Amino acid sequence: MTQSKITKQLVSTTINGEPVEFLCEPQQSLLECLRDILGLTGTKEGCNDGNCGACSVLLDGQLVNSCLVLGVEIEGRAVTTVEGLADWRGLHPIQQAFLETGGFQCGFCTPGILIATKALLDRKPNPSEAEIRAWLSGNLCRCTGYDKIVRAVQAAACHLNTECEVDA
Amino acid sequence: MTTPEQKPFTVVGERLPRYDGADKVTGKAIFGPDVALPGMCYGFILRSPHAHARIRSIDTSRAETLPGVYAVVTAADLPPAESTDHRYARDNTFASDKVLYVGHAVAAVAARTPTIAEQAARLIEVEYEVLPAVTNVLEAMRDDAPILHAEMRTHSLAGRGDRPSNIASHFQQLKGDPAQGFAEADVIVEREFHTSTVHQGYIESHASVAAWSDDGTFTIYTTTQGSFAVRDHVVWLLGLPMSKVRVIPTEVGGAFGGKNTSYLDVPAALLARKARRPVKITMPRPDVFLATGPSSGAVFRVKMGATRDGRITAAQAELFYAAGAYPGSPVGSGANVMFGPYVIPNGQIDGYDVVTNGPRVSSYRAPGATQANFAAETVIDELAEKLGLDPIEFRIRNHAREGDARLDGGTHGSIGGIETLEAARACAHYNAPLGDPRPGMRRGRGVAHGYWGNWGARSSCTLSVNGDGTLNLVTSSVDLSGTRTTLAMQAAEVLELPPERIKPSVGDTDNTGYADVSAGSRTTYATGIAAIQAAKDVIAQMKARAAALWDVPVESVVYARGVFASGADLRCTFAELAEQVTGAGGSVSSIANVDVPEWGAGFSTQIADVEVDPETGKVTLLRYTVVQDVGKAVHPTMVEGQMQGGATQGIGWALYEGYVYNEAGHMLNANFLDYKIPTALDVPPIETVIVEVPYPRHPFGVRGVGEPPIVPPPAAIANAIYRAVGVRPDHLPMTPAHLLEKMGVIGNR
Repeated sequence: MTQSKITKQLVSTTINGEPVEFLCEPQQSLLECLRDILGLTGTKEGCNDGNCGACSVLLDGQLVNSCLVLGVEIEGRAVTTVEGLADWRGLHPIQQAFLETGGFQCGFCTPGILIATKALLDRKPNPSEAEIRAWLSGNLCRCTGYDKIVRAVQAAACHLNTECEVDA
Repeated sequence: MTTPEQKPFTVVGERLPRYDGADKVTGKAIFGPDVALPGMCYGFILRSPHAHARIRSIDTSRAETLPGVYAVVTAADLPPAESTDHRYARDNTFASDKVLYVGHAVAAVAARTPTIAEQAARLIEVEYEVLPAVTNVLEAMRDDAPILHAEMRTHSLAGRGDRPSNIASHFQQLKGDPAQGFAEADVIVEREFHTSTVHQGYIESHASVAAWSDDGTFTIYTTTQGSFAVRDHVVWLLGLPMSKVRVIPTEVGGAFGGKNTSYLDVPAALLARKARRPVKITMPRPDVFLATGPSSGAVFRVKMGATRDGRITAAQAELFYAAGAYPGSPVGSGANVMFGPYVIPNGQIDGYDVVTNGPRVSSYRAPGATQANFAAETVIDELAEKLGLDPIEFRIRNHAREGDARLDGGTHGSIGGIETLEAARACAHYNAPLGDPRPGMRRGRGVAHGYWGNWGARSSCTLSVNGDGTLNLVTSSVDLSGTRTTLAMQAAEVLELPPERIKPSVGDTDNTGYADVSAGSRTTYATGIAAIQAAKDVIAQMKARAAALWDVPVESVVYARGVFASGADLRCTFAELAEQVTGAGGSVSSIANVDVPEWGAGFSTQIADVEVDPETGKVTLLRYTVVQDVGKAVHPTMVEGQMQGGATQGIGWALYEGYVYNEAGHMLNANFLDYKIPTALDVPPIETVIVEVPYPRHPFGVRGVGEPPIVPPPAAIANAIYRAVGVRPDHLPMTPAHLLEKMGVIGNR
């Protein structure tokens, strides 16, 4: 076996609203680029084969598993990770809702679930419980049994829509 | 309900925001795979492709010469084994003479990039002599089975066996006269059950980053339930003084017992020393299934008898647990809890710990209990049915109380099992109609009751008072799901201060006192006792400072609601006193080390409503309720989360999860697509009923919470399925194929 000559590729993209350039190997996934090259470790690897959703990010507003996207594929596109949710005003209402209602336990699947929730609520501001469960069925959580996550999504929808009161 | 300390609570019982919450919802929390050190390189582990093979030779020369490779290690880099247990641990780190399961580590490489490390590992030439493999526990017990360990003899009541066997041990629990007990029974049920190997399924894979210094010390960042357990494992295998290894635990992305054991830390340390630079190893998901410590697949033969008036007269069981490659299955704890909730006048349990060609099993949430409960509680349900008794009523009639003897020889302490069953009988779910099934479907409701002993053991907690009256709480107990918060709450309760004044954190092995692993549902309980002790000591020390400041006898100083006072005139707040301690005895801090010898058992009763499609065998959960005695819920939101999460894992065992092996001993479903764990769509909202029967040995009445809820789900669902379709499932997972087979829709596979 001969050693392959490593040729890195330049990628110009937008991550969390900021222009970013980086070099990556052509076979590296977006997940690897985010975590190992750009130091954005908020996005998690759970399975590296598209089955757990821990690596969920938004690619041009679309929910994707970043382990199934190549780093070179984001050339000229826009990526949102968990690090891009909060801004100078503070936590995003979705983050606030998960924090207040206790919608997490170990917190490892949480970044992916927050991103998936954002994708859901961007499309559907008032999802039913069944819709929330169906939408989140690509995000595995081993700790919570999902109930508190569903309540957190409902609370987040409420926060985003009006100043309504939610029972945690 | 009163608690051992009669004061009303001000902090305990509140649903506070978690101290670690902000970092967990912003992606800032540093988990094991997130750690990076300057100059770090990457490790990769080469694993066995065979379930059972002799290693004839390992040639690492081609890997070593690949550009970018810094180190290659094998078992030859480990000090020689000193005992049988040491050899098992050493061989499970790197195989020496034989590989015993697919995924068994053989060698490791450190290289400049992960890609080079993996390429180099593929250049290592291992010559194997492939041997027949055995993954099924009953087959492994046969005389003609392939033998995993030539030197292994069965330890049993009769002593040490005289020929090689895969049966590592056989034990027996005996009480009364089982034959007489069965003779007195009006009804006897006898059944056999099979369960599959299951994995903890934490979403965060294992990861370890090890650094070596030329002074001979190691620093290891790792995702673990016990920093000291990792340290002790590393020094044991590398032959080092304990002080030379510093283990810094990261945030932990799910563990459930599976991170009590160290897998990557010794390889990372060996590579770091040889490469002379920090090495990071992360475990790919397939390897997590193949090469970490799942829970035993098991077989049970159960027989129980009862009289017409609903009294159990005898119980008998044989338990066969697959330990994987080395002895140490949880068959003992399975036996201890199997009939544990009930008064069994005559009983016998025989347990067998059997090695098989699979990964060495490890702890998984109430180790061994869920399997055994499935068998016992299905038989209990059948007895109740045959006697025409409500299943909860039958359990209450036979339930143990404080002081009753168990089959394992122990005696029940303060327990709330009957209160839990009574709460289940009274809850909304149990009294609601089942509802009409959809056309062609059948519905049923099942109940099961689970018992788990919990744990106490060693913990340490340090509490330091800052000059502004805030406090830092540091513990060596790794926080798996919110214990920083529950420990700070208990300290705040004692200190009578707002909990936001306390900043809790988890320390490392260099800077905190010893703690056993965060396991056995013990952290809020046992480390909580340490936090309470430290808080009481802080108050005592602060009183002494006040006495010195005011020049009054220390006995005259009283403390209440954050204020120190002496006589009519002398008063100052906790914060004011903290500011003035210099010159009055100096800063205040306290370290409490506890070794908690007793703990309160937990009981969980669960109710499942199912709808079964008799044509496809698909089971849909319609409604699910967890009722549990938690002693005192320090943080009810987190307690509910434990109950819901534990039950959902048990639902996974019940309906979906299990290792599938082929004839050659290869696991066929080592990924999250084919090893399916429950998704948000698979479970209904899990309802919770918190029962609080205070445990008297904890100042606030706390019992362990995390483990009991995983115990009864398979039995509750099996009993519901029986009510729906009239057949009793006896295999886990209860797949559509298994149900169709039981219903006679399809033939035996």
